[in-house]
Amino acid sequence: MTAAVTIRGVHKRYGQVRALRGVDLDIARGEFFGLLGPNGAGKSTLINILAGLARLDSGQVAVLGFDVIRDYRQARRALGIVPQELVYDPFFSVREVLNLQAGYFGLGRESRGWVEELMQALGLADKANANLRGLSGGMKRRVLVAQALVHRPPVVVLDEPTAGVDVELRQQLWRFIRRLHGDGHTIVLTTHYLEEAESLCERIAILDQGQIIALDSKAGLLARGMDRQALTVHTVDPLDHLPPALEPLLKHRRGNELVFQLHRQTDSIAGVLDALRDAGVTIADLHTEKPDLEDVFLELTRKEQRA
Amino acid sequence: MSVRGFADRNKARAARQGWRLRGFATLLHKELLRFGKVALQTLLAPVLTALLYLLVFGHVLEAHVQVFPGVRYTAFLIPGLMMMSVLQNAFANSSSSLIQSKITGNLVFVLLTPLSSAELYLAFVLAAVLRGVAVGLGVYGVALVFVPLPLHSSMTVLGFLVLSSAVLASLGVIAGLWADKFDQLAGFQNFIIMPLTFLSGVFYSIHSLPAFWLAASHFNPFFYMIDGFRYGFFGVSDVNPWLSLGVVLATLIVLAGLSLELLRRGYKIRS
Ligand SMILES: Nc1ncnc2c1ncn2[C@@H]1O[C@H](COP(=O)(O)OP(=O)(O)OP(=O)(O)O)[C@@H](O)[C@H]1O
Ligand SMILES: [Mg+2]
Repeated sequence: MTAAVTIRGVHKRYGQVRALRGVDLDIARGEFFGLLGPNGAGKSTLINILAGLARLDSGQVAVLGFDVIRDYRQARRALGIVPQELVYDPFFSVREVLNLQAGYFGLGRESRGWVEELMQALGLADKANANLRGLSGGMKRRVLVAQALVHRPPVVVLDEPTAGVDVELRQQLWRFIRRLHGDGHTIVLTTHYLEEAESLCERIAILDQGQIIALDSKAGLLARGMDRQALTVHTVDPLDHLPPALEPLLKHRRGNELVFQLHRQTDSIAGVLDALRDAGVTIADLHTEKPDLEDVFLELTRKEQRA
Repeated sequence: MSVRGFADRNKARAARQGWRLRGFATLLHKELLRFGKVALQTLLAPVLTALLYLLVFGHVLEAHVQVFPGVRYTAFLIPGLMMMSVLQNAFANSSSSLIQSKITGNLVFVLLTPLSSAELYLAFVLAAVLRGVAVGLGVYGVALVFVPLPLHSSMTVLGFLVLSSAVLASLGVIAGLWADKFDQLAGFQNFIIMPLTFLSGVFYSIHSLPAFWLAASHFNPFFYMIDGFRYGFFGVSDVNPWLSLGVVLATLIVLAGLSLELLRRGYKIRS
């Protein structure tokens, strides 16, 4: 089966800025894919090339096997884009905008029901006849999402859909997007909220300075930080001296709290606890912390900057 | 190949063509709504302006000027005023639609769709032509109340009306793509469209001009639009109406080609 998105050797310059420097990427059908990276990494540029809003200097990009330049009609029909910028047409109401958008894709009355359904699902129903100009930012964002979906595209790309969106709407949006994913849509998402990507995406690419520096399943990516973990121990009494064997592992101590940084291969939790018990320390509480996506992300992008 | 497969393929092709037609029709509809919703500014105001010109110039010059034998000056003036309003409004429509959606960023909603550059061009131009023609007919209707006007050939009138607005609509597409700010568009209007319109014989026959300006007028495509248009009413003109038709058509072809090429390249709209 052809991939949902195929990206091959894509380069793009804006004057002196090399926005994309040889990007290769395949996104399978039905995937929930995260495209992460710091500001200016090239995420939106890549999405714009996919959408036909930007032209590539070299390389090839296809959606469901349709080249975005040669077969642009089929490619765009297969694609729903939620742009990063909060753009809107101040001339029209929510319902008008959605019906017009469906019309551009060649859909007529038969899509009216779906448009109403979309407004319902996104909490826009009572704003259906309101002019876009008068809507709050969050409401405008919902309209953008609805607009991207009027033609039921199999591949949905959301460029920071939760930027500047309150907690409730964010959760509502995620429920909705999870539903789309459950219905078989391929989802591509960019976000700066890494916990969001961690909870939603199955596979993640990290883009930095126009190149993909990591491409892995979420588990695989998290595992990169797994050779380390933090162990926090609360003792009953303040400690006057630490067993010398534990000195190199200690990250910091504050009163009764000791935080150790453990390496998977060389150190074990049991070893630390035994050493503490042998020193006559009574342990009140302990917990471990695994690195999250944010730690891995920061480490990877920092490494890239040093390189 | 089986008959069934063939029929299916034909059906699929018909469906694709249906999509394309509907996509185009939707964009056209949107462009019509864009000016239709503010008809007071886009249709009524220009008709009123033309009427003011007619009353003032007609009144002042009626007794002094006779351009064509047997044609009252006020009657002579009406086609010129109609054409002037048509040209300005056709230009204003396509250019302001494009620059507004560029500046507000909502042009992306159209750029993300399967619409081709030819479909974009036709929708923008057709909407502008319809506005131009509507304004032209409005001026005509109102003017008839004040001055009787002959109609030599309605086909000629309609032909020049449509083709000339298409020329200005295309120019509007080009200007709308090129301009980054409203000022630049206003500059285009004030330094190109207005002078060319005024120097084209809206208010006079070019034969009343000094030799240099008479010669210069022959390089002004707007002159042919107005002259051919006027022929449609009076059956009299400064140059052969077929020549005028040829010049207007050639101008349209050049500007349409340029617009299409700019749209195809995504000039200033696809980065
Ligand atoms: N239209 C443009 N003209 C000039 N430079 C551009 C243009 N679009 C993007 N760039 C540059 O290309 C680089 C990549 O930008 P891009 O918007 O793709 O980053 P991003 O990863 O989406 O960042 P963010 O997280 O801030 O949205 C940046 O250096 C940006 O300044
Ligand atoms: Mg971006």
